[in-house]
Amino acid sequence: MHEFLRREIFFLRRPLNIWSRLLLLLAAGALVAAIFLPLWKIHLVAPQYAEGLSLDIYSHKLVGGNNGQDLHEINGLNHYIGMKTLSEADFVEMKWIPFALGVFILLTLRAVVFGRMANIIDLGVLFLYFTAFSLGNFYYRLYSYGHHLDPRAPMTIEPFTPVMIGSQKIANFIQTSLPQIGGYMLGIYIVLLFAALWLSRKEMP
Amino acid sequence: MNTHKRIPSFAIGALALAVLAGCNPPGQKASSSKGSSDNAASRTFVPPGEKDKYYLFYSGGHSGQVYVAGIPSMRHISTIPVFAPYPATGYGFDEETKEMLGEYTWGDVHHPGLSKTGGVYDGKYLFVNDAANNRVARIDLRDFKTRQIIGPIPNSSGNHGSSFVTDNTEYVLVATRFSVPLPKGRYADPKDYAKEFNGMVSGIKVDPKDGTMSIGWQILTPPFDWDLGSTGKGPSEGWAFWTSYNTEMAHETLEATATQAERDLGAVVNWRAAEQAVKDGRVEMIGGVPMIDPAKTPGILYFLPIPKSPHGIDTDPSGRWIAAGGKLQPVVSVFDFHKIKAAIDNKDFDGDFRGVPIIRYESALEGSVPVGLGPLHTQFDGRGNGYTSLFIESVVAKWKLPPWSDEEKADLNKVVLDKIDVHYNIGHLVTGASDTTKPYGDYLVAMNKLSKGRHLSVGPSQPESSQLIDITGEKMTMLYEAFTEPEPHFAQIIRADTVNAIEVYPRDESKHPHAVWDAKETGVVREGNRVEAKVIAIRSRFIPDRIDAQVGDELVIHVTNIEQTTDMIHGLGIAEQNVNVVIDPGETKTIRLKLTKPGVFPFYCTNFCSALHQEMQGYLAVKPAEGLAANP
Ligand SMILES: [Cu+2]
Repeated sequence: MHEFLRREIFFLRRPLNIWSRLLLLLAAGALVAAIFLPLWKIHLVAPQYAEGLSLDIYSHKLVGGNNGQDLHEINGLNHYIGMKTLSEADFVEMKWIPFALGVFILLTLRAVVFGRMANIIDLGVLFLYFTAFSLGNFYYRLYSYGHHLDPRAPMTIEPFTPVMIGSQKIANFIQTSLPQIGGYMLGIYIVLLFAALWLSRKEMP
Repeated sequence: MNTHKRIPSFAIGALALAVLAGCNPPGQKASSSKGSSDNAASRTFVPPGEKDKYYLFYSGGHSGQVYVAGIPSMRHISTIPVFAPYPATGYGFDEETKEMLGEYTWGDVHHPGLSKTGGVYDGKYLFVNDAANNRVARIDLRDFKTRQIIGPIPNSSGNHGSSFVTDNTEYVLVATRFSVPLPKGRYADPKDYAKEFNGMVSGIKVDPKDGTMSIGWQILTPPFDWDLGSTGKGPSEGWAFWTSYNTEMAHETLEATATQAERDLGAVVNWRAAEQAVKDGRVEMIGGVPMIDPAKTPGILYFLPIPKSPHGIDTDPSGRWIAAGGKLQPVVSVFDFHKIKAAIDNKDFDGDFRGVPIIRYESALEGSVPVGLGPLHTQFDGRGNGYTSLFIESVVAKWKLPPWSDEEKADLNKVVLDKIDVHYNIGHLVTGASDTTKPYGDYLVAMNKLSKGRHLSVGPSQPESSQLIDITGEKMTMLYEAFTEPEPHFAQIIRADTVNAIEVYPRDESKHPHAVWDAKETGVVREGNRVEAKVIAIRSRFIPDRIDAQVGDELVIHVTNIEQTTDMIHGLGIAEQNVNVVIDPGETKTIRLKLTKPGVFPFYCTNFCSALHQEMQGYLAVKPAEGLAANP
């Protein structure tokens, strides 16, 4: 046990070599990109919407396809089933997620300068927690939009949860939801963290 | 037959029978009336979900409208209302279109002309004339809507000889079929026709920015019946040509009296000189329009003798050859513009008519091509061939344009290359972009006046027939036939990719002063006897869906379709108020009506929009007039 703690502390104190620091720099860049690029896309296709209706979710905004028109169209259609209007103003997470990503960028740059294995471990743990929370929040949003339907709506349908990854059929629509380049950037960030950790695993303090 | 006082002396009995009864000339093989093969079927088949290569804009004749079809499928795609109300699109029911239609509920659409830039179609506008009420309309091809109707054109009657568009859409050129005593509104005895009546050639100026039309100038003419025309290009750019059919200046029984002369006088107009005369002030203002007296202002109008009771006069893509069909003789007269120009420059005239020089016929003519009986109109393929409709023969004749070899000149029968039967009595015909410098040269549509027996019987009222002919080969091939409502007179074919139509009116471009885009801005406001409602139409409701008023009120409704999705069209029909407007996505329309009867008048969406379209309804509640006294 003692031996394990000793090795553990030793490991956390390992310095980061130049390659790890470069990877961390790249990781910070991936987060910058994630702030500005779309994270997720929801796409709806029906016979009369063969070209589809799309919704791009960014860290800080909600953008309908076709110059924003698709968002109006989706809301117009959703009113039939009594779904609440999707409006950027209702998404408080679009305020704090860019801020949180900014904090991660600063912490990552701090790790580049301080260059300790412990910094990476901190970042990794915090970031996984952040990601899990955000995805959970996203799922909750989807659940809540699909379950809090106005009972006075013209059409009554079984409450549902729009799929988060993949495709499903909702009434006459096929809904597809997939991460986009911004979302992949978040994954790349974690991969880069691990790579940075791996490359400096044998550095002597 | 015997009710006709006389048979024109030139006509043999069988020919007259063909003209008057409109049937196929004798001696035609019955088998030739059925032409289709599997090959033709595959060449016109546009599978479900695929689109045609060309737009075909037919004039709708006395329907007052324009029909849009696709080529090669010949499928009718839509109708563009122009001179007559059309409830299907709500045309003529809202204030804007009511004002455009003015006091008329019909028009006679004859010759559509597409706008051009640099001598080729630019896909911006389609101009059409109303031969009955002397108007010209501009259809904007951005939204396929009639955007302006100009007219009745002052000092003119019977605007048949239009709409001929110049190379850069500087002008739409028009000429009068009918002559009247001028100024309009003056009475004169038709017996004094030659003395008291006048015709007119007018230049409708088109604003290059937004297409707005205005009268640029007019040229006073003798009371000939100007028939058809075309604009020059290349060497003849700046010029325009018309035929006329009543040089005799007859005013009764024209069938006989106006067919006596061997040649009628056509018009050769230097429209650039007319434009200059206006700039120089060499005009008189009559009826608010600058008018040119061609006898006093020489160099603008010349007469050209054309045989015999001519109809179409068409300038070829090179601009050098001008082909005129003489209805009553079996030839197309081909004039050489170089020769016309030389005759004008050398004053090679055959006297004058009322001070306007007559170009010597023999000096201008290149040759007479014996195409067959009843030649009317000629179209071109851009490969040096003309295609002439032969009304009496029910045939399209393909012939070779000059220059001709000596051998060909010696016997112009040799330049007639092919003939194809059409069914029946062809009037106009159209090839793609024939009136430009670059015709497409692949399809020809024959617009036949008689369709009898070609379609399922629909009773005595008959449609017209249009036949699609492939002109890519040496021999013409019949591909397909379709039927239209009365009555196409000419058409235009334009490549689909030259036209860029929008499918919704973008919200940010909405300029209607009473457009409302948010339910919060809607409502009904009373001001004295005027009730003004601002209404939104959206799937599947009107906001508000109740409008209160009383007898004697003037009700104004501004309805905005706030959809921004293609084909999400709503209508607003009000029961027993004779109102139906159709509002396209992003469009606002204004209805104005005087409420004359009490009651509750349901209104509803007339253009199917959504699953709950049927629920899209409301009430116009009109109290009796006493309500005003009881509840001031
Ligand atoms: Cu509707």
